[in-house]
Amino acid sequence: MATTTVSPPAPGAAVPGRRRRTPLARREARWAWLFLAPWIVGFLAFQAGPMIASAWLSLTEYDVINPPEYTGLDNYRELMADPQVARSLGNTVYYTALHVPLVMLISLGLALLLKRVGRLQGFFRTVFYLPVMTPAVAVGILFLLLLNTQDGLINRGLALVGIDGPSWTTDPDWVMPGIVLMSLWSLGSTVIIYLAALQNVPRDLYEAASIDGAGAWARFRHVTLPMISGALFFTLVVNTIASLQMFTEVYTMYFGNRQTQTSFNSDAATFYVIHLFQEAFQFLHMGYASAMAWLLFLIIMGITLVQVKLSKRFVYYEGEDQ
Amino acid sequence: MLFVAALVGAAVIFMLPFVWLISASLRPREYVFAPGFLPVPFAPENYAEAWRAVPLVTWLLNSLVVGVAAAAAVTLSSAWVAFGFAYFRFPGRNLLFGLVLATMMLPFAVTMIPTYLIWSELRLTDTQVPLWAGNLFGSAFYIFLLRQFLLSLPREYFEAARMDGASYPQLFWKLAFPLIRPALLVAFVFEFKASWTDLLKPLIYLRDEHLYTLPRGLKVVLDRFGYGGEQQWEVVLAGSVISTVPMIILFFLAQRHFIEGIATGGRKG
Repeated sequence: MATTTVSPPAPGAAVPGRRRRTPLARREARWAWLFLAPWIVGFLAFQAGPMIASAWLSLTEYDVINPPEYTGLDNYRELMADPQVARSLGNTVYYTALHVPLVMLISLGLALLLKRVGRLQGFFRTVFYLPVMTPAVAVGILFLLLLNTQDGLINRGLALVGIDGPSWTTDPDWVMPGIVLMSLWSLGSTVIIYLAALQNVPRDLYEAASIDGAGAWARFRHVTLPMISGALFFTLVVNTIASLQMFTEVYTMYFGNRQTQTSFNSDAATFYVIHLFQEAFQFLHMGYASAMAWLLFLIIMGITLVQVKLSKRFVYYEGEDQ
Repeated sequence: MLFVAALVGAAVIFMLPFVWLISASLRPREYVFAPGFLPVPFAPENYAEAWRAVPLVTWLLNSLVVGVAAAAAVTLSSAWVAFGFAYFRFPGRNLLFGLVLATMMLPFAVTMIPTYLIWSELRLTDTQVPLWAGNLFGSAFYIFLLRQFLLSLPREYFEAARMDGASYPQLFWKLAFPLIRPALLVAFVFEFKASWTDLLKPLIYLRDEHLYTLPRGLKVVLDRFGYGGEQQWEVVLAGSVISTVPMIILFFLAQRHFIEGIATGGRKG
């Protein structure tokens, strides 16, 4: 990326061999820092600083009212033994394992279809993207009703083909599949990324493959897939990171309301970040919640690293020499 | 023509939830769950009822103000910083830019609590300031996006203006800024949408109902009028439609910018 600039010498660049910089270069350096200053300040105040503070808080017991009390690794020990943490983490991983492959598979299918339509492509692209524009709270509300056991649109549709739909919102075994179903409605961004990647595959590659006698499947397997592997990898990483942090839709549906929370066993819908949020801002266990946040960070880093490692084997980058 | 059929089928499935939402929001309470996709009996008064039941106009305006502030702040500051990375050459530049990109990996949860404590220390909780002020310092993805755009501009432009005695802020404001307008719009619409749809920050920072943004208000509407509450689903649905429509309008106004922003993010790989 950075290599695309062909750099003529900077105005007032130092004469080689002389260590003292000219006043002009000094002034340029000063301006460079002035341009970067907002980011540096923001980085220190809202990212690096909070990271350090959060690491420190994770070693304390802190309820906002009383000063933090150092407790060493107690929070982490407690974390490992907390069935709620295990449950919410299990739910989150289960969701991610279903959501990410399904999003990638369906999006790829839709993008391949979209690539083949001519003038109407823009129209269909809009259709698949509009759900992404819908505020997550509205998505949660909408699917709470669509997934309704007796009167919901989804079970009505299933009944049309003779299937007795499950209790999506109350049966603990079906809560998570229902949430996955909801999440699939908003896969439009992935479709657009794949479509852009598909359109960047040079046509002559397909022609060459055809001349070599490659059928439709062989062309897909040996031309399309390698050529869009960068986009596939990108969406794998981004969607995984996002789904490990799932919050808004599910919180809207099942949490934050005392009546629904007690009448319905919300354990089945507890995601990791929802549990973290409750620990922090409902029970004011700020130290414990900070430890939870660091565990999440480590999990995300770990999974991403594994994905990057694996990608080396599968991802083809055009013009890698650049 | 099999693929056309498949595509149309998929499109219908994706649109049905919208059709149902709008139609159900226009039916009387006891017909909300009635079968069919038509708003019969027709009950547009649901919207007036929602309007009366909760301060929807206030929430709409709050969302608008917070959204514009958040989007303008992040666009301007990110462009400023991006110019710094694109124009100037200094030791450690690529390292620093790598650090910018690395911050995209940091989960919100890690910084959430200390950031709350900062705003609390500044006595700015229960104001809307924390919802947008953090954006004044630029944001990694937009800095990346705008820097890409700036790097595509011929450097001679800037050199020539420098020769003519333009200052660096002038280079940024008079030269770069108008030239990267498409990318600025991408950043603006993305951040506006992000702000408009955000629930977490309003949940953390806002107590006073009159400061709520739409998603926060809509959550209250659901809790008050939905399952746990009075089962007035028509009010909940009308509120959902009202919070969604501005986003749909925004998409049609700025469709090109949304598509471009997503495709750029994806191509990055």
